Amino acid sequence: MREKILTAIDKNSKISAADLAIMLGTTEEEIVTAIKQMEDETIICGYPTLINWDKVHCERVTALIELKVTPQRGLGFDKIAERIYQFNEVQSVYLMSGGFDLTVILEGKTMREVANFVSEKLAPMDAILSTATHFVLKKYKEHGLPLVQTKQDERMLITP
Amino acid sequence: MRNPLSKLVVDMPPSGIRKFFDIVSEMKDAISLGVGEPDFDTPWHIREEGIYSLEKGRTIYTSNAGLKELKIEICNYLQRKYDLEYDYNKEVIVTVGGSEAIDIALRAMLEPGDEVLIPMPCYVSYHPCTVLAGGVPVVIELKGENDFKLTREQLLSSITDKTKILILAFPNNPTGAIMDYDDLKSIVDVIIEKDLVVISDEIYSELTYEKKHVSIASFSGMKERTIVINGFSKSYAMTGWRLGYAVGPNMIIEQMIKIHQFAIMCAPTNSQYSGIEALKNGDPDVEMMRDAYDKRRRFLLHALRNMGLECFEPYGAFYVFPCIKSMGMTSEEFATKLLQEEKVAVVPGTAFGDCGEGYLRISYAYSIENLKIALERIERFVARHRK
Repeated sequence: MREKILTAIDKNSKISAADLAIMLGTTEEEIVTAIKQMEDETIICGYPTLINWDKVHCERVTALIELKVTPQRGLGFDKIAERIYQFNEVQSVYLMSGGFDLTVILEGKTMREVANFVSEKLAPMDAILSTATHFVLKKYKEHGLPLVQTKQDERMLITP
Repeated sequence: MRNPLSKLVVDMPPSGIRKFFDIVSEMKDAISLGVGEPDFDTPWHIREEGIYSLEKGRTIYTSNAGLKELKIEICNYLQRKYDLEYDYNKEVIVTVGGSEAIDIALRAMLEPGDEVLIPMPCYVSYHPCTVLAGGVPVVIELKGENDFKLTREQLLSSITDKTKILILAFPNNPTGAIMDYDDLKSIVDVIIEKDLVVISDEIYSELTYEKKHVSIASFSGMKERTIVINGFSKSYAMTGWRLGYAVGPNMIIEQMIKIHQFAIMCAPTNSQYSGIEALKNGDPDVEMMRDAYDKRRRFLLHALRNMGLECFEPYGAFYVFPCIKSMGMTSEEFATKLLQEEKVAVVPGTAFGDCGEGYLRISYAYSIENLKIALERIERFVARHRK
């Protein structure tokens, strides 16, 4: 049941527990309890909204930064990752396989702000060996959902 | 000028759906729950394969029966899903949608005066295709109290010396009824004893909920007397590609290929290439869509029952078939008034046969958000008109 609930709310967290219960063929109580438990266990970590900021006249810059770092004895990459993700500007941090170690996704108001953050906060950290910053030009799809306009229903109104 | 028309065709009534379609088209901003096709786009990897086949210049005819690779994949699929074994070389024909398969199967078998048993309500083409092929349609009126399944008694009492073919269409459009293993088992010996041939239209076979689809051809003694029709429209959301197929005994398929070869040549080539991709890699898409339909099905059923409309639980296709007899209106009155007053389009059950009177076909090939808006309006309508 947990997996069914998670799949259902993955793309739409606004769906009510009552509706979800009908759709999954169970009771509202069971849904509410299961969701509460999953929140407590941090299986469900939050309910953010997917916003296409390009449509709001509000400057925002997103950058993807590749970091090479020195892991610390006994702590691996976790300690350095934590030092990075504590910053409010940081949206996501992932440990990567391959040519570099950490991916950091940053959001700032301007390019200068992002640049300053990289040069003043990230680059000087002892464990960080190198950085490569890539700015996002346009977002097409996030969280499995396209950010472009959804198309109209073009089916005929009545078909056999 | 003389009358150039065929009397047979002129006397054939147009589809009941058509009539209602014309009314709905007049109405601006109507919300429709009236379609018989998926709301999903064809999965991208399948579309992409179609584009690739065009890029490669695969714009020529295929062999009449269809691409060898597609026929092989069809056989693999039927084996994997329904335990059916067919020889791709002799027992498969790829058609222009399931509807062509229905037509040529009937034409390949019917002699003037042969009777075809058609359990109704059902998809609109079996009856006219039988007439056009020179057969005599014999309607079996399925009953709400039997959950719109064909019973042994009904079958027995409809068979005459002239009965040749039984059409079975489960999961069913418009009722959403299915026939499970036991339901089919109860009619198999009658079919064999009376030496009938079955045309089993299983186009909705992937869309069953809580129970798995069983093909009547998988029963012992049935494969040699069954034409199984299936296709890509409903399972892979590929209605516009016009791609279906029929499998069955070589004796019949061979004759169907003959008609197909003269009337059609071959199914669209790039659709066939996309079909290969669908069968090879489309299982997760089917599962995703089935899961979405199932949620909507429960949602719709719950809402209709809450309004006090009697509604048996449909385990297949993407339709519910609520009974509106308690409203004191005919199906057509209900559907017309609902459209005029609340701008919601549903299809009167009578579009699928006279015995659909008192019922409506409501499709759930729509998003939950759409269903919600439409259901609010239907609820308002029902409350206002309830006597």
